[in-house]
Amino acid sequence: MEFGTPLVEMKNISIAFGGVQAVDDVSVDLYPGEVVGLLGHNGAGKSTLIKILSGAYKADSGEICINGTSVTINSPRDARTNNIETIYQTLALADNLDAASNLFLGREITNSFGLVNDDAMEAETREIMARLNPNFKKFASPVSALSGGQRQSVAIARAVYFNAKILIMDEPTAALGVHETQMVAELIEELKRQGIGIFLISHDIQDVFKLCDRVSVMKNGQLVGTENVADVTEDDVLGMIILGKQPEKAA
Amino acid sequence: MSQTDTSNAGTSGPLTTQRKGLAALELDMRLIGMIAALLVIWIAFAAFTDGRFLTPRNIFNLTIQTVSVAIMATGMVFVIVTRHIDLSVGSVLGVCSAAMAMLQTQYLPEIFGLGSPFIWIFTVIAGVIVGTAIGAFHGWMIGYLTIPAFIVTLGGLLVWRNVAWHMTDGQTVGPLDPTFAIFGGINGTLGETWSWIVGAVLTAGALIMLVQSRRTKAAHGFPVKPRWAEISLGAIFTVSILGFILIINSYQIPGPRLARQFAARGEVMPEGLEMGYGIPISALLLIVIAIVMTVIARRTRLGRYIFATGGNPDAAELSGIDTRMLTVKVFAIMGALCAISAVVASARLTNHTNDIGTLDELRVIAAAVIGGTALSGGLGTIYGAILGALIMQSLQSGMAMVGVDAPYQNIIVGAVLVLAVWVDIIYRRRAGL
Repeated sequence: MEFGTPLVEMKNISIAFGGVQAVDDVSVDLYPGEVVGLLGHNGAGKSTLIKILSGAYKADSGEICINGTSVTINSPRDARTNNIETIYQTLALADNLDAASNLFLGREITNSFGLVNDDAMEAETREIMARLNPNFKKFASPVSALSGGQRQSVAIARAVYFNAKILIMDEPTAALGVHETQMVAELIEELKRQGIGIFLISHDIQDVFKLCDRVSVMKNGQLVGTENVADVTEDDVLGMIILGKQPEKAA
Repeated sequence: MSQTDTSNAGTSGPLTTQRKGLAALELDMRLIGMIAALLVIWIAFAAFTDGRFLTPRNIFNLTIQTVSVAIMATGMVFVIVTRHIDLSVGSVLGVCSAAMAMLQTQYLPEIFGLGSPFIWIFTVIAGVIVGTAIGAFHGWMIGYLTIPAFIVTLGGLLVWRNVAWHMTDGQTVGPLDPTFAIFGGINGTLGETWSWIVGAVLTAGALIMLVQSRRTKAAHGFPVKPRWAEISLGAIFTVSILGFILIINSYQIPGPRLARQFAARGEVMPEGLEMGYGIPISALLLIVIAIVMTVIARRTRLGRYIFATGGNPDAAELSGIDTRMLTVKVFAIMGALCAISAVVASARLTNHTNDIGTLDELRVIAAAVIGGTALSGGLGTIYGAILGALIMQSLQSGMAMVGVDAPYQNIIVGAVLVLAVWVDIIYRRRAGL
């Protein structure tokens, strides 16, 4: 899997909040068409690390390279210009707006007068939703009126629509039923085939083993290690998460 | 027991079919509720005043009394939608009014000469700049220094009221420039012909928008309303706009006043001539502001971001929206609207008085909230706020006309505000919003 230039390299990233070292000198990377799982307890620093990549936080030190070039990501807008899209655990939807307004939030389609073109946005939304979740029909309702799965598909549509190269998924299946979890799994396979790199944050080891190529484990803000999923067992990874120790390599 | 059951079934049958019919219009049920409330208030007061409440004259007065609060209420919608509050609008109105009064009576006549047509233009521009700057300053403290809006504007309420006092030494300043005074209401009306033209333009605009929106929807293959629903909507718009013009136009200028107008122009009034006042220029100003604010709310990125930020500030920020700058813009708009309201309010009195705009913050907030703006953010409409202002003013004027004692008037207005919000909460819970 590891050949050529990585899509993303996060090198020696550190960030502290009021004396707490949330992320401490962590380096991870991601190749095109690869899914890298980020595992760890609550408070291990995985969400914080990923928020640095998505522009929500600014690292105290460290470097981010996209396709081998160093980039500065100071805001969510910077992340978007680097084709980094994020699906947050909270989904980050404005509940009072409809699906199309949420999908295009911050990137509205405007007409020649600079006014937002709701009809064009709804048409695009209908098109992408027909692909992602054909059962989705509630285009006129605010997203507060949608079910958990429908809300999730709006969040996913938003990340996929804008030709993301790098996708960050923070607990994408935490709030979903069996059927919808399967939908997300299929989507991840599809995106991999398109050469998109995905960071997947999860609590669920089985999820990670099913979906990921590599797994990076964090504990107390530090990186325990990164392993190929094929080379380790679930117990090895559990040991990394709980004890913070490297698995013993089979001879 | 069985009797109540059957009576329930009897009423729910036609109700649901009626709801289906109304649902086809896709009208905001809240809006219908508010219009119904307004009609109830009007009919009740008309009954108590032998119809005097609904004479063209009183509707004209009601209109010009509502304008100042309604203009500010449209801005308060944006403020409350973004989960803030502005307690300083009455004082900002006061300070803008004071600045404009001093300019047009003390300073500008020395430059341009008394009665120059430049005076009112410079005055209004200066006033709007002052209001916008104060609003933007509030917004900067709220957005960038992260001081709660409640505190910033509570401070502003005290500061600006007394800056105004300081500027005028607490004295009434006037009389104001005669051209400036046309924004006040009775001193500046369009006359019958121009009122009909405005009415025709508004009607045409509304109908064109209906057709246009139906065409683009059909072009994208979206479901459209049934044709009869669109036609009834068009008919409702036409009848309400032209009906309003008809009523306003039938308020006649009193004979002696008309004669004086002719005498001033050196003409003789033809025998038996009757002329209506027509739409007050202040009302036209409100209509223009309502349209502009609605376009901002619905069709611009700024409006979209205002509502998104109100619905979920974190999501807005993660979508790359600069919520701090947005706060500055929202309060700057509020300040500009306070300045425009100051023009209307002081022009109506043809004087700047030291207490102008006092307690307006409460009327403005009440109008926005009665109009369906949720204090929890993210929800609110411009037309709702204007209707809210009209409901408040109708209550106040109606009670004054009926002869309710002043303390009871305020007791009732306060109670109605609380009641209206309670009804709104129940409605939202039922509707699952």
